[in-house]
Amino acid sequence: MPPAASDAIIRVRDITVQFGATRVLDGLNLDVRRGEILGFVGPSGAGKSVLTRTIIGLVPKLSGRIEVFGIDLDSAGPRERRGVERRWGILFQQGALFSSLTVRQNIQFPVREYLNVSQRLLDEITIAKLGMVGLKPEVADRFPSELSGGMIKRVALARALALDPELVFLDEPTSGLDPIGAGDFDELVRTLQRTLGLTVFMVTHDLDSLYTACDRIAVLGNGKIIAAGSIADMQASQHPWLQAYFHGKRARAVVT
Amino acid sequence: MIVANDPTLEHIVRGNGLALSAAGSWTARFAPELEQLVVAAERLSGTRANIFIDVSQVSGLDTFGAWLIERLRRNLTTGAVEAQISGLSVNYSTLVDEVRRVKAAPADEVEPVTFSGMMEQIGRSVAGIGGTVLSLVDMLGAVLAAAGRVIRHPRSFRMTSTVHHLEQVCWRAVPIVVLITFLIGCIISQQGIFHFRRFGADIFVVDMLGVLVLREIGVLLVAIMVAGRSGSAYTAELGSMKMREEIDALRTMGFDPIEVLILPRMLALILALPILAFLGAIAALYGGGLVAWGYGGVDPEAFLLRLRDAISIDHFTVGLIKAPVMAAVIGIVACVEGLAVQGSAESLGQHTTASVVKGIFFVIVMDGVFAIFFASIGM
Repeated sequence: MPPAASDAIIRVRDITVQFGATRVLDGLNLDVRRGEILGFVGPSGAGKSVLTRTIIGLVPKLSGRIEVFGIDLDSAGPRERRGVERRWGILFQQGALFSSLTVRQNIQFPVREYLNVSQRLLDEITIAKLGMVGLKPEVADRFPSELSGGMIKRVALARALALDPELVFLDEPTSGLDPIGAGDFDELVRTLQRTLGLTVFMVTHDLDSLYTACDRIAVLGNGKIIAAGSIADMQASQHPWLQAYFHGKRARAVVT
Repeated sequence: MIVANDPTLEHIVRGNGLALSAAGSWTARFAPELEQLVVAAERLSGTRANIFIDVSQVSGLDTFGAWLIERLRRNLTTGAVEAQISGLSVNYSTLVDEVRRVKAAPADEVEPVTFSGMMEQIGRSVAGIGGTVLSLVDMLGAVLAAAGRVIRHPRSFRMTSTVHHLEQVCWRAVPIVVLITFLIGCIISQQGIFHFRRFGADIFVVDMLGVLVLREIGVLLVAIMVAGRSGSAYTAELGSMKMREEIDALRTMGFDPIEVLILPRMLALILALPILAFLGAIAALYGGGLVAWGYGGVDPEAFLLRLRDAISIDHFTVGLIKAPVMAAVIGIVACVEGLAVQGSAESLGQHTTASVVKGIFFVIVMDGVFAIFFASIGM
């Protein structure tokens, strides 16, 4: 069921990415619809992060076309591209916080660059964002090296959300969190998606996240999307990897 | 899709009531304009009993807009009567509830720069010198203890690692060291001839070149280059390993980081510097000889003859004795700085800088100490 062109916020067409002789993505097509949380799964090393990084523009592609917000990123000029970058937020797998800046400065960094607002409003917004990701204002003056893994993820999410983007990329947001923390994080993403009207592109391995947070799931295998649809579609699929993934021991523990 | 249009905030005074009506896009894009609107509206705070903020006309709302509306509501609330927000659509109410939980931002504390503060800084830096020396001695002790353990159990010696570092700091450094010392030799020779010629003492340039290169400049210059090239690399390597908890990982696996990481590096450096100093001295003499021949008319035969008379083996020995000691100083400074790196990229940069600066400083201090020592024993 191909979605109408208008409600696809990301359109990926025939993407091929190759590292040396290994073809990681091979003629991949994907649509992400406005307002949905898309869970992106696949075996380790299948190229989930590579696709994310290709869409963002960190990995060069051999061929294909990527449109974000209806703008073709290849033909977009620097100004148009900056406009797109302002409208998306990215949570890297390791957080990628600036280690020499405090939490406060990390969150304020993109805001300060793009918007000319007073320091007072910056501080207030920082506290609001920290509150939204479930952190106390006291964290604001700590350095990233003084934070726990879960806190780093949260601060990184707060930074990704700093400019109130329409689209966020989350690269394994719950990896390395305890199950309760991961559950909270899924809840948080859901809440933010509802309150801010976000579109979320989430690379994940976490079955719980797929069940509780995601509207739709896309599965990557052999450089292509092998299936896309709701969790029920995934469970009904006959594909061997999907069978193993959604009917394995861990999956049953989640469902029951 | 919401059409973005300029935000507005109008106010109507009605009796003892005040009605504010917000419209347009209250989003991050318009944050600077929004802030001005809200700051202007906050001045309306006063004696009015009933204050309503109507947001039904707002076409877009995000955290920035929601917070500014909430801030306005708080600032207009005086006494017991709370300002009310009305016309909130269901979509936005969760967002407004979210920002309602935000406590007022604690002010960012900026310490004023004072004279006494600056004095304090200087005092602390001076006091820090003692700490630096102490940590160097500490590292020296740790390295010697590790060396002792390795001598008792030669199997734990890391040959591969040592050879790898030897390649990095010695073999790969040869071209640049030889090139630079060659050029320095040329320059010393040219300057010497230029000035000595006035006294008709051209030939003494060979004496000067020989003593200077073998005894002082050769080893000092090479040590400074090694501090800049390899000392900084050691600090950066160890520092980034420290940042990524690799050193802690080693320790928990029962390995001694000094033995695994630092000893091979130190040993490689201690072996490398005499070799480089020797090659450097030869290159400098060769360069000086070429210039003396081409520019000063001293032919190679005369140069070699004069060189043999002018310098004794002592000059050469003095140079080579200094080299391993300087290498040890550079290595210890680099490793201490590397292990002192904290979590941030900035700290890595600071310690790498400190490693090179302190390395060069201690090399020159050591050179002075050696000069006094060799003068006293008559070498």
